[in-house]
Amino acid sequence: MTSTQAPTVRPDRAADPPAGDRPRPSARERGARLLAALFLAPTIVGIVVFTVVPIAGSVVLSLFHWNVIDSPRFAGTANYREAFTDSTVLVSFGNTLVFMVLAVVSQLLIALILALAVNGRMPVWLRSAFRSAFFFPLVLSAASISVVMKYLFNQDFGVVNWLLGLVGIAPVPWLTSENGAMAAVILVYVWQQFGFSFLLFVGGLNNIPKEMHEAASLDGATGLRKHLHVTLPLLSPTLLVASVVGIINALQVFEQPYVLTNGGPGDSTRTVVMVIYETAFEQLRFGTASAVGVLLFVLIMAVTAFQFRLSRRFVHYQ
Amino acid sequence: MSQAFLTASRVRRSLAPSARVAALTVCALLTLGPVIWTVSTSLRTPAESFDLPPKIVPSSPTAEAYSGVFDQIDIWLLALNSTLVTALIALGQMVTAGLAGYAFARLDFRFKKALFALVLATMMVPLQVTIVPVFLVLKSISLTDTLLGLIVPAFPTAFGTFLMRQYFLGMPKDLGEAAMLDGAGPWRVFRSVYAPLAAPGLAIVGVLAFNYHWNEFFRPLILETSSQNYTLPLGLVSLQGNLGTGSISVVLAGVVLSMIPAVAVFVVGQRPLREGITSAGVNR
Repeated sequence: MTSTQAPTVRPDRAADPPAGDRPRPSARERGARLLAALFLAPTIVGIVVFTVVPIAGSVVLSLFHWNVIDSPRFAGTANYREAFTDSTVLVSFGNTLVFMVLAVVSQLLIALILALAVNGRMPVWLRSAFRSAFFFPLVLSAASISVVMKYLFNQDFGVVNWLLGLVGIAPVPWLTSENGAMAAVILVYVWQQFGFSFLLFVGGLNNIPKEMHEAASLDGATGLRKHLHVTLPLLSPTLLVASVVGIINALQVFEQPYVLTNGGPGDSTRTVVMVIYETAFEQLRFGTASAVGVLLFVLIMAVTAFQFRLSRRFVHYQ
Repeated sequence: MSQAFLTASRVRRSLAPSARVAALTVCALLTLGPVIWTVSTSLRTPAESFDLPPKIVPSSPTAEAYSGVFDQIDIWLLALNSTLVTALIALGQMVTAGLAGYAFARLDFRFKKALFALVLATMMVPLQVTIVPVFLVLKSISLTDTLLGLIVPAFPTAFGTFLMRQYFLGMPKDLGEAAMLDGAGPWRVFRSVYAPLAAPGLAIVGVLAFNYHWNEFFRPLILETSSQNYTLPLGLVSLQGNLGTGSISVVLAGVVLSMIPAVAVFVVGQRPLREGITSAGVNR
């Protein structure tokens, strides 16, 4: 994601004597080209076969009715019209957007607060212990951990409601009420993902030169004010990366709702990717599924482009 | 690691470091809580599974649930499938990304910029958008419901290629030039000068691939239909579905077993994993 230092100048070529021993460099050049072709073949062929062609395939499929068994029938824009009128599809886009906003905001806030706290004064071993703890959920399987979370969020015998009971909160019908289910899905997702933004922020904070803080302190800035006016602007490139990646990931949420609630109760936690999965692989409506997939892709692209536009105004590069 | 913040924090000493550490400890416990609960419940008798407050240290620890896992599902087969898939993908990605990354960093050829842009662009494409056509392609060559169908499409890695290109670009150019002056051809320069230096970069690619594919759920769910081809996450989710809430400790024992390799990699490879996750912000 950082800019590249593409070798536009080629010192090895430029260093050669201008003319004279032409045959040797060109033999070497041909060797290098052959080698490059061999080295690139697996990646380029793989990317073309498993990503580029399938994108085109998705677009084409989205224009047909097809259930694999019968031969495909041209559908024009029918699949898209269906996507825009089918209540399940519409609800799933709504759910996914709500999920995305709440999950990404809480993920970034928690990560930022914890990163600032961990960067305060403490023994080195303690700091690395905290860092490891916050990062740990990232290495677990979202699907398996959701199986565990289903027990923890059980209304009657789950640990979550027991903990809430300790501070006097009545049992919450997680998983069985519409809002409770969405909240549980968000909590489980954020629990697993915040460590990722946390790592980004810790790295970003380390890159802020200490002179900045010293200068700010000399000017009398302290605590929260210093963070608001000095740390945050300097951290804004990292904030941009964390929010872009956070949003892209959140728009693709699948495992947590699939395992925790299977989209329910009703359609209250059904996400776009769940709809793609169910439409294609349970109902065998590949055309409609592809249309929903293309719409998701467009949404992701649009959100990302919008963020980079916004960032031109708010991100400060040093 | 952060002299900057030692200095900076000296200024905000008013924040009371001990309160901050206490708050962080609570957060760390909340973060690790579900995992601690999973391990301890898997060691309790089924009758004690739902005890509240949860007994973190079981009163009479038992490995019953663990033998239960081996009786009730073929966890050896699941583990073998997961190991095969994950190891081959990690290895494959290290090879493809290492080679392509080197070509983009150190070799000259036509359309280099365009090809690299193509690779970068595919990093943005979500898996769910391509899965239907990929499924159909694999079906047409009878690779659905095989482990190979899970492995081969995961070989090319746009992010790994990007990472290895950066890695090779970071190596001093004079090394290769010196070898060329000694008459080494492009292959020799790669083989004996740069490739031996690539191990730490390849470790990042390998560890990331392991972390992602060991835990992967979406593709196996779609591609693998018969249970003898299930990987661990798929097997565990269906185990829970089959058993309902009765044998909770058995399900949890399975989850614990499936976590072991991931935790081992977390302990051994935390540094490359952290670097990989943060370097381009890709976490899927």
